[in-house]
Formats: sequence, C-alpha cells, structure tokens
Amino acid sequence: MAYEKHRALETRWATFTTLTFLTVTIGGLVLIPPLFLQGAVEPLPTLRPYTALEQEGRDLYIREGCNNCHSQQVRPLKTETDRYGHYSLAGESAYDRPFLWGSRRTGPDLHRVGGKYPDSWHWLHLKDPRQLEARSNMPSFAFLTTTRLDTSLTRRRLEALRTLGHPYSDEEVANAESDALAEAAGIAAQLRSEGVELDDVEAHSEAIAVIAYLQSLGHAVKGMK
Amino acid sequence: MTHDGDGAVVEYDMNVVRGFTLSALLWGTVGMLVGLLVALQLAWPELNMGPIHFGRLRPLHTNAVIFGFTLGAVFAGSYYGIQRLCRVRMFSDTLSRVNLWGWNAIIVAAAISLLMGKNSSKEYAELEWPIDLAITVVWVVYAVNVFGTLARRRERAMYAAIWFWVATILTIAMLHIVNNLELPVSAFKSYSLYAGVYDANIQWWYGHNAVGFLLTTPILGLMYYFLPKQIERPIYSHRLSILHFWSLIFVYIWAGPHHLIYSPLPDWAQTVGTAFSLMLILPSWGGMLNGLLTMSGAWDKVRTDPLLKMFAVGLTFYGMSTFEGPMMAIKTVNSLSHFTDWTIGHVHSGALGWVALTCFATLYYLVPRLWHTTLYSVRLANVHFWVATIGILLYVTPMWVSGVTQGLMWRAVEPDGSLTYSFIETVSAIRIYDVIRAAGGAVFISGLFVMLYNVFRTIQQGSAAVPTPAPVAPAATPASGRA
Repeated sequence: MAYEKHRALETRWATFTTLTFLTVTIGGLVLIPPLFLQGAVEPLPTLRPYTALEQEGRDLYIREGCNNCHSQQVRPLKTETDRYGHYSLAGESAYDRPFLWGSRRTGPDLHRVGGKYPDSWHWLHLKDPRQLEARSNMPSFAFLTTTRLDTSLTRRRLEALRTLGHPYSDEEVANAESDALAEAAGIAAQLRSEGVELDDVEAHSEAIAVIAYLQSLGHAVKGMK
Repeated sequence: MTHDGDGAVVEYDMNVVRGFTLSALLWGTVGMLVGLLVALQLAWPELNMGPIHFGRLRPLHTNAVIFGFTLGAVFAGSYYGIQRLCRVRMFSDTLSRVNLWGWNAIIVAAAISLLMGKNSSKEYAELEWPIDLAITVVWVVYAVNVFGTLARRRERAMYAAIWFWVATILTIAMLHIVNNLELPVSAFKSYSLYAGVYDANIQWWYGHNAVGFLLTTPILGLMYYFLPKQIERPIYSHRLSILHFWSLIFVYIWAGPHHLIYSPLPDWAQTVGTAFSLMLILPSWGGMLNGLLTMSGAWDKVRTDPLLKMFAVGLTFYGMSTFEGPMMAIKTVNSLSHFTDWTIGHVHSGALGWVALTCFATLYYLVPRLWHTTLYSVRLANVHFWVATIGILLYVTPMWVSGVTQGLMWRAVEPDGSLTYSFIETVSAIRIYDVIRAAGGAVFISGLFVMLYNVFRTIQQGSAAVPTPAPVAPAATPASGRA
C-alpha cells in the first residue's frame, strides 16, 4: 500500500520536494530553538567582554586559524582537569563570536592558558616555538611580531559586538582604539621588564594583541575562585 | 543528443557537464596537493612559510576538496543524470553557465581569501560573508535549474538518484543560510549572530550535515545513477531505496551534537546526538547494501572493470565509516577518540574511500561519453584503482593508531593518580604516524595523476562535438511516452 503511494509521490516533484524539506527540518527544529528558549546559557557573573586589544587578538587568532590545532574546551574528565584546569562552562563563552572550541588537539587545549605563562614566554614561543620546546610542531609566528597591529577597525568591531548584545559602554566603544594602544603599551612594557628587547614595530605588533587575548582566556573561571 | 520515447530528438546540454568534470579534476588536484603539504607540515614544521602555514592552509585543503572537487563531480554527475532521467534538456542553459562559472569563481575567491586569512573559523563554513552570499546565489541558480527541469520532465516518475540530489539542494540551502548568519564589520570580517554554546550547536548541526548532505546524499545520487548504468543492471531494490532515503535524511539532521560530547552543550542535546548517530547505521547500511547487492550476481564484471571496483570499494568504505562514526558518537568511545587523529582517520576513510572513489568512477564514466570516444586506457584506470586503495589504507591505518595512541597517553595515570605524559610527549609519539600518513596521501595523489593523464589522452583522442548521427527509424507509437 505505502509502496504504491510512494510510486505516486515519485511522479509529483513539488509534493516530493516539500515533503523532503519538511523531513530535513525536524531535527534542527528540535535541537536549535529549544536551546534558545531554555535560556540556560547566561554569562557567568565573573565574565566580562573582551577588551578592545583582546578582541583584536581574538580576531587574529581566527585569522591565523589557531583553532585548527588548539581546542578551547576542557572536558569534565579527571585527566583533562588535571592537565588543563577547570572544565569549560557554558556561561564562559557568552561573548565568543564565533565559539572557538575546536575539534583537534594537534597542540594542547588553551582554555586555561591565561596567566599560566609570563608574557615573555608567549612572545618567544610565537616567534620560534622550537626555541622553547624542540619537539614542538607549531608553525613559527614570527611575522606577527614584525607586523604592526592595524587598529583602524577596532572601534567598528566593538560597535558590531555591542549591536549583538555585548555590554560595552559608550566610552569603551568611543575610546576603543586608544584603549587598545594603551593596553598594548602596557604589555610591551611588561615584556621589556621581562628582558625582551622590542623595537617600535614590535612594541605595536599583532603578537602583542594575541598575547593579550591568550592571557585573558579563562578569566571568568579564575574570577569565581 | 538522444531520442526520447516519442521518437523526438532531445539535445542534452553537455557543456556544463564537461566544464564541471574538468574543474572537479583541477580542484581535486589543488586540494589534495594542499592536503599533502599540510600533512608534511605536521611532521616537518619547518615547511610552514610565514603566513602560508598549517592554520591557513588546512581550511583551504578542506574547502578545495569538498566544494571544488566533490561538488564539482556532483554538479557534473547530476547535470548529466538529471537530463537523462527526465529526458529533457536542462531548464536553462544560461543558468547552467552561471552555475559553472559562478561556482568556479567562488572557489577561486575562496582560495585567495583563505590564504589571506579571511575566514570565519567555522569548520567547512570558513568563507567570509561576501562569498557566503555568492554561494547562496549560485546555489539558488542550481536549484531553479534542477526544479525547472523536473517540472518540465518527460519521464513520469523521478528515479531515486534525483531524490538524493533534491535532498542535497534543499538541505544545504537551509544549513548554509542558518549557520552563516553574521554581522559584517568590514568587507571580509564579520561576527556570528550566535555566541558560545548556541553558536557551537548551530555550527555542528551544519558541520555534521555538511558531511551528510555534501559527502553522503549527493554521492549516493551518483551511485544510484552511475553504478546501475555501468554494470547494466537495475538497482537491487526500489523499496530499499525508499526506506533508506527517507530514514537517512530524517535521522542525519539530529546527529550533529555528537561533535560536542563532554562539551558545555546541555546534556539532553548531547544524548539526542548520540542516540540518532546510532540509529544512523541502519539507513546508511541500507544504501551500502542496495549498491553492493546490485553488483551481486555480476561479480565477474566487477573483477575486470576498474569503475565497478571503485564503486564496490567505495561502498565498502561507506559501510565501514558509517559504522565507525556511530561508535565514535558513544560517550565512552568519544572520550578517547575526540580531539585525536582518529577523527582524521575516520573522515578520510569516508572522504577518500567513499567520496573520492565514487567521484573518480563517475568522472571515468563521463569523460569518454562527453568527448565521444572510449577511455584511453582501462589498464591505467585499474592502476589508479589499486594505487588509490593502497594510498587510502596507508593513510587511514596510521591515523587510527595515532588517535588511539594519543588518546590513551592523554588519559594515562601513574599509580598515585598523576598524569604519566606531558602533552609534548604525546606529540612526539605520533610523529611517525604523521610521516606514514603523508606517504599514504602521496600515494593516493599519484593515482590521481595517473587519472589526469588518462583523462587528458582520452580527451585528446575524442571530440566535444557531437558526431553526425546515423538516421533513426521513427518510433512506432509517436503519441505516448512510457507509463
């Protein structure tokens, strides 16, 4: 019976197409809207949006595809929390557009890397990973240390994110560029105090923004303790 | 050119098929060579050259082989198959041309922008918003062209291959649009409309179904059309086609959260993902069995015909990887396999074994017919089959070993409960497998080069122009088509 009905369906392309479309929408309708309605993913009270420089660093992390080798998702397994720290929480990534949980750990997870190493470690590691760890297979990101950070879009980035609901104040948006440069100057000073010699370009380089971002990772969980 | 049931002459548009056949081979070559390069970079990081490093090249590899090679072969195969199954020319030659040139322009733009670091980071949806828009337009062009053809078809019933292509068109449109909703900041930078957990949920609804509706359903469409054609036997069971088509497209969509097991995604969603992943074995194997059983009783042909061998081994890999996938979606297994090379091995047993071999067989079928000649060398196609199969095994096996090794090392603990290995020790331990895998990839690509030579010589000896037709006797009953 059903077989004959299907035979008839095979002769009607519009009905067939409609039924096919309805069939493939169901799973998504069950999995996606309820999650929004559930409202379970509130930002942690300790979570703050990224600073202008951290957001620049995050966008550079995306540009270089760091997420292809580094996850930011510590699983609630003892060997994971022993290795990395507190497992990842839903409320931590409320200001992550897009999310960067990753799918392959060619290198270690980075969700708890903030504060784990001094700024100078990151600087040297980005420049030449094998100088610090001979067995590392990470590419050298020396070009980030010699490319000046472009801040012409910094303000627009924060504006766009505020449109999407990130709680930036008017001042934070208006002063995005100068805030980013001031934070970068602070990191450059820190690097120099740790013995890294920087020329003018290096002190204003993209690597500084990436370090700002990496050092911010996991701040919400650290704040909880 | 051919004759329909009424005795009237139907001239099919083969230009678009020829175009996509060649572009699929071009992007396949580019994408696989980039794949080999990134494999080598993992073993020898010195091969990263400034901004041309693994992080930027890996998305270029996946985009070129999925959207350039695989979809190129799917466009070629579906444009060829749909016209014959409907016994009419495509709805619009203009739309076909826009599809061909528009799509290839998109792949060029993708390659350039990814090398420049313009990417959204979402796997298999890395391209930035202007290219996303262009993809939407060209996809709608393809849809209108196909549905226009279906509406004007002269064959009463639509054969199973068409169902799978229809499902591909609709589902990919839905997935692509929803997952890529983003707010532009500049010409090539945007922010996702969704954040954190919501974004992860939608991305893997997309990502898993990109596998389902770019690497599974359209390839099943190719199998349903070209396997029976090549073996000259009807598909084993029409009822099985019906059963596994509807169950496959229904179940696939639910399985995305298996990419997010042990993540902050709510548990109920993770469990739904695991449950539907396990169910997915049945419809997947329905497709494999329908293909393999079509060959049973004609194994003598399979022994000598390299195209049938590719279909047979392709279907076998399809069956293996659609068994392996659900296993990896079980929480306990996933806790070991996730984040390791096991995933890479799993993907490539499907992508090289099932997708690439089926696409190769399709293209081998098409090329002599498109250039009105015979294949230059069946022997070389056989060589290609064997080289490719060895390459796949040499690729997939070390990835399994690497994945299990690293997964076990990550969780190894001393009697006092402390971790046995530092992370870098687990990197060193799998380096040898990276080297073997690169060798496997190189072997697989050398098979592709054999194919390129074979195709080149075939085209050289043939001609795109239609040979002068022999006079045809008029049909006996001019009024009615086949019921």
